[in-house]
Amino acid sequence: MATVASVSTGAEAPTPVRPAAARRTFPVWRWVILIIAAAYFLIPLYAGLKFAGLKAFTQVTSYPQFGSAFVLSLRLALIATVLTLVLMVPTTVYVHLRLPRIRRLMEAITILPIVIPPIVLIIGVLKVAPGFLIGTPDMLGLEYVILAMPFAYRSLDAGLRSFDVKTLVEASNSLGAGWPTTLWRVVMPNLRTAILSATVLTVALVLGEYTMASLDNFQTFPVWIVNFEQASGPVSTAASLLALFVTWILLMLIVTVGSRSARKRGGAQVQLFSVATQTRQTVGDPE
Amino acid sequence: MTDSATQAAAPAVQTAGARPGRLPRLVRATLRWAGVLPFGAYVALGLAAPTIAIAIGAFQDSDTGAASLSNIDTAVHGVYLTGLKTSIFLSVATAIVPGIFGLLIAYAIFTAKRGNILRRVVMTASGVFANFGGVPLAFLFIATLSTTGVVTGWIKDVFNGFNIWNHGFTLYDFRGIFLVYMYFQIPLMVLVILPALEGLRPAWREAAQNMGAGTWQYWRYVGGPVLLPSFLGCLLLLFGSAFSAYATAEALTGGTISLTPIQIGALLNGNVLAGQENLGYALGLIMIVIIAIIMALYTMLQRRAARWLR
Repeated sequence: MATVASVSTGAEAPTPVRPAAARRTFPVWRWVILIIAAAYFLIPLYAGLKFAGLKAFTQVTSYPQFGSAFVLSLRLALIATVLTLVLMVPTTVYVHLRLPRIRRLMEAITILPIVIPPIVLIIGVLKVAPGFLIGTPDMLGLEYVILAMPFAYRSLDAGLRSFDVKTLVEASNSLGAGWPTTLWRVVMPNLRTAILSATVLTVALVLGEYTMASLDNFQTFPVWIVNFEQASGPVSTAASLLALFVTWILLMLIVTVGSRSARKRGGAQVQLFSVATQTRQTVGDPE
Repeated sequence: MTDSATQAAAPAVQTAGARPGRLPRLVRATLRWAGVLPFGAYVALGLAAPTIAIAIGAFQDSDTGAASLSNIDTAVHGVYLTGLKTSIFLSVATAIVPGIFGLLIAYAIFTAKRGNILRRVVMTASGVFANFGGVPLAFLFIATLSTTGVVTGWIKDVFNGFNIWNHGFTLYDFRGIFLVYMYFQIPLMVLVILPALEGLRPAWREAAQNMGAGTWQYWRYVGGPVLLPSFLGCLLLLFGSAFSAYATAEALTGGTISLTPIQIGALLNGNVLAGQENLGYALGLIMIVIIAIIMALYTMLQRRAARWLR
């Protein structure tokens, strides 16, 4: 399952005032649903913790190949994040300023990596990639840029919508700043939250990606967990929980930082998911 | 449309020093597109080329490379047809059931009295759980419901040693995968349907009530019809999410279940027979076609939903 994010501008999402009547409807029904849901979502977490046991957690790091798998995952995350930002930040800013009419097209293109199943994409990549790339894990990093594109583009696009980028750029230019200065000192600081969420989502995506890595025969962290299951179930479960908690902490980070900056500026508010919301907003978007 | 205004103002701003007015129109147009060239090239190489390669490979003979329909033919018969059917059936089931459940949860927090706290908890949890799939999820469920799992043990304790595994239950087939997929499908539904619920104007409900409509009538004639396109659109999204999932099923069943993504993985890993890559491409192409149809329907429904919800 892919990691997905969007940033919706606070101004576009009016908070509805709920009528008093609706508030009193179905209180019992509501609690029953929420309790069932809580049980379904929390019991497997508890079971995982119990099954793994505390000892397994301390053992994870000392198991063979854990280090190399983890380092490989981190390396891929670094490659993918740097490339994603270098490619997507200038492109998104440029499209906003100079080619706003292709924004729909950009949205359509950047949704494709979510739509095309990763298993299909990787077999195509293995077919066309040149020989010197296939043997190296860096090809995975390059392809993760494609997988991260939907989230990166949506974060950045929403970030750019949340402030008047055109006026700021005009002001900066009329004060004599060149393109690089404007981008670095005017646009980037305003995009901090958007860039942070693009980064975190890319990292989370790369650290959890299994499909492409396993088909490409590289032992990243998730692949290692599966390969290792035969040796020790509890340790694999402990590693799974660790991976899970790391991802959670990263995702919570975006939510916290995002909503704090939204409160401060009344601007962009970060949501963890929503391709659908985003599409809906664009359909109804007056721009 | 504000686009044209931006369009007119922007070039004058950026290239003020370069005097763009002096350059021929064609050169200016070319220069303008140059800014998206790196992105375009990356997408062409990393996304378009592989997809086209699959489409071509699907129609090539594995041995000779000549044009052939045999891969497609094999892909829609026998075990591969079973795989495709199972995949579609599983995706429909893991769209509808979590779809309804997710709608109920979304509605429950939408109407919650102390909305803010409960709502924030559910939304954040949904964001986290919806992004949680693949390998770790499979292992959590193995810890929960395998023969030695924690919940299996609870059931044994409560029902005098009743072992669900001796009475037809297994985690490693269709039912197990269904149970596991719900774990990311339900929160996904909550996240995608909540904006649609929020789009229901309180004024509509008040207007309906003023005209004497009860709760049932409101949902039957106002809320339901307005929400329906969004709801169906979200179900399609859930279908797509389940249909493309590979890691969870692979980690859970070790690749023993016949789902199309698993079969593609097996073909390409060389677990079946060498020289069957092109069959894998054919299956991949079929998946792309199905997803394309789903997305086309989804776009139509979103457009329809946007009529009322904005």
